[in-house]
Formats: sequence, structure tokens, C-alpha cells
Amino acid sequence: MFKGKDIVSIRDLREEEMEKIFEIARDMIPIAKGEKREEYLRGYVLANLFFEPSTRTRMSFEAAMDRLGGKVLGFSNPSATSISKGETLADTIRMFDAYSDVIVIRHPLEGAARLAADFAEHPVINAGDGAGQHPTQTLLDIFTIVQEFGHVDGLKITLMGDLRYGRTVHSLAIALSYLDADVHLLSPRTLKMPKHIIREMKREPEIHERLEDVIEDTDVFYVTRIQKERFPDPTEYMKVAGSYSITKEHVKKMKDRAIIMHPLPRVNEIDPEVDYTPHARYFKQAFYGVPIRMAILALVLGVIE
Amino acid sequence: MTDQVLKVQKIKNGIVIDHIPCGMALKVLKILGIEGDIGSTVTLAMHVKSKNGWKDVVKIEDRYLDERELDKIALIAPTATVNIVKDYKVVTKHRVKVPDVVKGIVKCMNPRCITNQNEPIEPEFKVVSKDKIIIKCRYCGREMDSEDIVENIL
Ligand SMILES: Nc1ncnc2c1ncn2[C@@H]1O[C@H](COP(=O)(O)OP(=O)(O)O)[C@@H](O)[C@H]1O
Ligand SMILES: [Zn+2]
Repeated sequence: MFKGKDIVSIRDLREEEMEKIFEIARDMIPIAKGEKREEYLRGYVLANLFFEPSTRTRMSFEAAMDRLGGKVLGFSNPSATSISKGETLADTIRMFDAYSDVIVIRHPLEGAARLAADFAEHPVINAGDGAGQHPTQTLLDIFTIVQEFGHVDGLKITLMGDLRYGRTVHSLAIALSYLDADVHLLSPRTLKMPKHIIREMKREPEIHERLEDVIEDTDVFYVTRIQKERFPDPTEYMKVAGSYSITKEHVKKMKDRAIIMHPLPRVNEIDPEVDYTPHARYFKQAFYGVPIRMAILALVLGVIE
Repeated sequence: MTDQVLKVQKIKNGIVIDHIPCGMALKVLKILGIEGDIGSTVTLAMHVKSKNGWKDVVKIEDRYLDERELDKIALIAPTATVNIVKDYKVVTKHRVKVPDVVKGIVKCMNPRCITNQNEPIEPEFKVVSKDKIIIKCRYCGREMDSEDIVENIL
């Protein structure tokens, strides 16, 4: 059911399909760690097309392909290619489609991945399109929660920080609501979750402005970075950023089993001291990006059913 | 009851776009590209009484509509009927039909949408709500209502 499938939006995946990806990702964990060798993707070529800089996502796709014995071609700096000479995205895609078996695309404009999927014969995986979708990130976020709690439904999940511009939280909020999580939103007033995202959620989320209101009974804290550029006044930034960051003091008030996630890179929204508490999951979360992407690649290429 | 609209003016040949939701008549003219003198009679009636409430009516002499224009009207005036008048009589009448997919007649209002670049594709939207028209870009997911549609008609 996956062979040839495009993964453009998290909405393209039904719940059973997500579960299938998670099941395969679990089997991939030892391979992702290098403890076990399997060459499921030997002879396959991935085109990794990054029209916008990215480190984590690009490298984790590369790692995923390498670990499974496949090859990667592509670029991470479009200005060094013919793309900057005014070639259409459609043409670039048609060309790389001819050179590869699967395409991964990161692009600054919204809808670029859907366009790529229209023109490519091979499956296309969206690795982020502007403020739009970033489904593999959403999947690894949900996978991290499922690995921890065994389920998503009923968990109190607080998305915090910059909910307005932070792209990972948009598709995550929608997906979590459809998985019946109890979603809470915590952000400064100027960085609230956009209304159109809330409209797309299955259930109306609860909105807060103070960390104190949710600290004691949240199961999952999903922390995002508040960028300095969003604030014209640096002292205002310091004040706001301070009240949406997590310190060791906060951790003491959390539930024993509460976990803290972050899409990374983090700056100072999570105090480094928190890294050594049993609540920190952000590095594990980042690692899960590899087995999740391995699972997706193996499934859309049809080598695993 | 006398027909108050008919009192205004009879047209010999042309169209009568009837049952336009109140306030949308000017927008109907706009999407048909009628913004100045087109050299034939155009009559506009706003807020006139109809069987069930109020409506706007637009009459255009010597002008007919193609499929594309009918679809455009459907998007901003889903209740409209289009009457074709030949020799002072209504010869055909059709109710506009809101399509499920809107292709190539509206552009996406999101300036960051890939469809607003020079790519070989037509903008495409899914109609997500028909009573209060809302369309959603197949590429970027942006939703647009009838106000937005009028501003972005192609
Ligand atoms: N020759 C004409 N010139 C201008 N308007 C006309 C003409 N014939 C009909 N109409 C208008 O076209 C609309 C549709 O006409 P008709 O089919 O007779 O009525 P209805 O749709 O209300 O049953 C009405 O608003 C009517 O006033
Ligand atoms: Zn769009």
C-alpha cells in the first residue's frame, strides 16, 4: 500500500499507515545505531534536493539511506547549480526523477513538494516547504511519544514557545488532535498558534500564557525556539524568552514520567542542566529521525511491505 | 404582483443573472471583466425583492457566458441562475453549479505559494464548503472565501 506513495503532508497518512511506519521504524532502530547490518536499499538512489539550508533533516535522510546500503545524490546549495539560472522547479524535478528512485525535497515555498510530486514518477518525500508541511518531522515527533507512552490518545501534550512561526508545531498540533491527544498551547500573545491551524484541529485546544498553569500535569512538553528576530526590542525578547524556557526548577514540579521534546536546534529555551534529568528526550527524538526516515524510504520504495 | 425588475428595462438578446446574493452584483460584474463601458446595455439591480428574501440581478445585453465564466459566478454567487434571453424571451435557464475542484480560474492568494511562481501548472483548489464558499489550495493549503476569490480571479 506504500509502494510509490508520496509523503507530502501528514494528512496524506491514515492512522494505520502511521502505525505501519512506526512498526518498521522500530525494526530499523538497531540498524540506525549501526548494531546490525542490512542492505535493504542496495542499488537504490535517493535524490536529496535541498533548496534551502538544513543540517539535521538532510543528514538524517543521508544517514538513513547510507545505513540501508543505498546511495544519495543531490545538493544543499541551489545557488551552485543550474536551478538558480531560472530553471523551473518542474524541470529540476523531472531531471532528478530520471536519475533516482526517490526524491526528498526541502524548498522555501509552500506547496513545492506537491508540485514535485505532480511531476515526478517516483515517490516524493517533503522535507519541509516554507511555512508549510514537514511530515517526516511530525512522524518522528509522534514516534518519540509513542515509544515512550505506547500511545498518544489521552496524553496531555503542551506545545510551547513560538507557535506562530515555528513550522513543526503546526502539522504536529493537527496530527495530535486527530490522534485524540489533549493538546495545550502555551505561547506569548504575539506568537500564538494561527487561527487557521486551530480550525483544522479535531478538538479545540486549551490556550495558556503561563508555564505554571500546565507544569504539573503535562505528560509531554514540546518546546520550540523563540527567535530574537521576532522582537524589535531586545529587552522584550529577553523577558518573553525567559518565561517560556525550561530550567531545573521547573523540572522538579513535573510529573515523574513527563518528557521534554524539542525539534532542535535549541538556544536557551532548555537549560543544559535539564539534559541530565530523566525527562530530556530531545536527543533521542533527533536520533529517531533516522529510523523513521529509513522506514519511510523502505516502504515507499516497496522493499518492505 | 408586478415584477419590479422588468420595469427597469427589457433586453432583446443577452443574459439575466438572477438570484445573486445581496451585495454581490458588483463583484459578478467585476469577475466578468465589466468595469467600464462595454458598448452595450448593462442593468444592475441591488437588493430587490424575490420570492424568498432579497437578491441582486444583473442584465447584460448581447453577452453570453462560457463554462469558465459560469464557474466563476458559481464561486461567488452560488445561488445564481443564468437566463439566456433571445428576442425578449428567456430561452434557457440554468442554475450555476459549484464545482468540486476549481482549476485555472482563481490564483492562490498566498504570495509564498509555489503556484505564484513561473511554473508550468494551473492553480488548483478543492471546494471545502459550498453554502458559504471556501476553497483550499491543493498546493499550499491556504483557504480562501468569496471575498478573497473576487480579488484573485484570473
Ligand atoms: N427580456 C428580458 N429582459 C430583461 N430581463 C428579463 C427578460 N426576460 C426575463 N427577465 C428577467 O430574468 C429573470 C428570469 O426570468 P423568468 O424565467 O421569467 O423568471 P423566474 O426565474 O423568476 O421564474 C427574471 O428576473 C426576469 O425579470
Ligand atoms: Zn497556494
